[in-house]
Amino acid sequence: MEKENSRRSFLKNISLATFTTLAVSGCNMKAIDEFLQQNFRTLSQGEKDEIVKNLEAKYKEKYEKDTHVSDKPAMEGVLFGYALDLSRCIGCRRCVYACVKENNQSRDPQIQWIQVLQMEKEKGIDYAHSTVHYNPEKVPEQGHFYVPVACQQCRNPQCTKVCPAKATWQEPDGIVVVDYNWCIGCRYCMAACPYGARHFNWGEPNLPVEELNTEMHYLGNRPRTKGVVEKCTFCVQRTREGKYPACVEICPVGARKFGNLLDPNSEVRYILENKRVLVLKEELNTQPKFYYFFGI
Amino acid sequence: MNFFRFLQGSLKIIFKGSKNYYAWLLFLLLLIIWGAFGYYGQLSHGLIKTHMRDSVSWAFYIGNFTFLVGVAAAAVMLVIPAYIYNWAPIKEIVIFGELLAVCAVIMCISFIVVDIGSPMRFWHMLPLIGTMNFPTSMLTWDFFVLNTYLIINAIVVIYLLYCAFYKKHYNKSIVIPLVFLSIPMAVGIHTITAFLYNAVPSRPFWNSALLAPRFLASAFCSGPAILLILFQILRKVTKFEIKDEAIWTIAELMVYAMFIYLFFTVNELFKEFYSGTEHILYWQYLLFGIGDNHEIVVYSWSSIIMGCIAFFLFLIPSTRKNFLTLNIGLVLIYASVYVEKGIALIIPGFTPDVLGQIYVYTPSITEIRTAVMIFSLGALLFTFLSKIAIAIIFDDYNIDSLSSSKLVSNTHS
Repeated sequence: MEKENSRRSFLKNISLATFTTLAVSGCNMKAIDEFLQQNFRTLSQGEKDEIVKNLEAKYKEKYEKDTHVSDKPAMEGVLFGYALDLSRCIGCRRCVYACVKENNQSRDPQIQWIQVLQMEKEKGIDYAHSTVHYNPEKVPEQGHFYVPVACQQCRNPQCTKVCPAKATWQEPDGIVVVDYNWCIGCRYCMAACPYGARHFNWGEPNLPVEELNTEMHYLGNRPRTKGVVEKCTFCVQRTREGKYPACVEICPVGARKFGNLLDPNSEVRYILENKRVLVLKEELNTQPKFYYFFGI
Repeated sequence: MNFFRFLQGSLKIIFKGSKNYYAWLLFLLLLIIWGAFGYYGQLSHGLIKTHMRDSVSWAFYIGNFTFLVGVAAAAVMLVIPAYIYNWAPIKEIVIFGELLAVCAVIMCISFIVVDIGSPMRFWHMLPLIGTMNFPTSMLTWDFFVLNTYLIINAIVVIYLLYCAFYKKHYNKSIVIPLVFLSIPMAVGIHTITAFLYNAVPSRPFWNSALLAPRFLASAFCSGPAILLILFQILRKVTKFEIKDEAIWTIAELMVYAMFIYLFFTVNELFKEFYSGTEHILYWQYLLFGIGDNHEIVVYSWSSIIMGCIAFFLFLIPSTRKNFLTLNIGLVLIYASVYVEKGIALIIPGFTPDVLGQIYVYTPSITEIRTAVMIFSLGALLFTFLSKIAIAIIFDDYNIDSLSSSKLVSNTHS
């Protein structure tokens, strides 16, 4: 009899405990919702707006700052293209740091979407003899030239092809994006990318609150989490609003050009038609929309 | 007849054993705990606890995964020669081969899980509930074939043991088609795993049509090595009978596999070094190091030397037929393939990286502990499964012994 009693009270206790846990974790319902969230591309506009609103609330709580998270889709008749003048670039890396700031990259562990390669003029474009670790008093150094490399926004991207979960794809305006909520962190895309453009959050990303860029895009510069891949998005939060990417604006020598490849009057189209243009690793048939050229 | 009694009987048998058996279990358990604490650090802090970074974004975990796919594949492929040469007892060879395959595949999947940055999101790559990128991504293919292979082998082996447990003849029309299906599947899992690497033209080190054939050849060295050691142990401690001739024939087949592997590698080396394009860098890093970076040279050469010694031990009939030298050869070839797949396959694929930068990778203690955890778990599972299989097949452990032991224990109480 007594035994029966204790069993009953045990059952009572355990159900009470379960209930309490659920109640306490009520504030975690959002985490459960986030866990069950579907691939961004399969969501309706209403669901997207809801998610974006929740994200803003979440960032408000975390950073104590008002943020604006956009989910603006690609504009009709736009295909973004980039051109970089190798004869002008001085390797100052201002673009690298402007990008880090604009796109809320983790400061520690450090993530940089642009890598600037210093190459020897005698050898031409030769990765094996290049270095990203140059550190002189003054750039450019005699006998060297500089090749900044970020995502080449390929027309035929290897990274999206290999992703097992369709967590990364090419948008109609040509930008290759990642759904940070859908990426499982298998890093197959990093093995596939021929340009080292993809970066992984090996640890919890750290971002000083005072340096947070509050103008965000869901597919762009919103803060990432541990265990997902990220990459250059041509500053989707800026370019879909008609602005230039941060690296274009900061470049002190005007080596970086950006525009709409479908607009015959755009600056990129002018460069394609009038300058000597090359793409990196053309033998891999990735067909980049990021062109390098010699302006002078 | 019910499945529950079979499970009950199986559970009972795994907790019965000699002192040595318990010592072995305790040893594995300690290793698992030691490894699990290392893995816990990775779970809470992220993959930053490993030495992988953006330049070398896959490494030791994926290497181990690849090695174990080979073991899983070869364990079942051994059924073909067993069938052709008519080695008695084929049923036992099938059972132990498939048990090994089951454990190896489970370890493979574990290595993938520990390598994933957000393991809780694993379901994103499943069909229906997630958005599986099938058939475009080779990873989804690999996931599909590995799971199918696991299920087929598990069904066959459980069914065979289940029938034996109930002293019933197994239905040949169920077992034989499944075994014949699992043999091409074995070739399939290793080929598709090779295609996983082959599929990325950005890594010239893997972008060779010889990769899949080399995988199969090396698997045919490492997989039978474990089984041959196992067969010798079984022969000593149970009623399992396998003739010396059968063991020597397997060893002879392994020499052919080693020779083919060597031949393929020489082909690869000739092409790379004679043409001397920029793609030579990866082989150079593996075999000689680049500049001051020699960290993995010791791995590659130890693998080569162990492999070559094993090759000669197996090639010369007198050392092949001497059980001491044979067993030395088995251990050496197993170690050689392990180092080759674990380190020498993945790391040079990423060093130098796609932009020519060198990041020197060697496994971190977290990676080693996590790997120890998975290998010990696999060994524990294999110990349990073999214990059940040995009891049922060789010691006539069956449904009657289950009820009679119950009777005995009842009368005692």
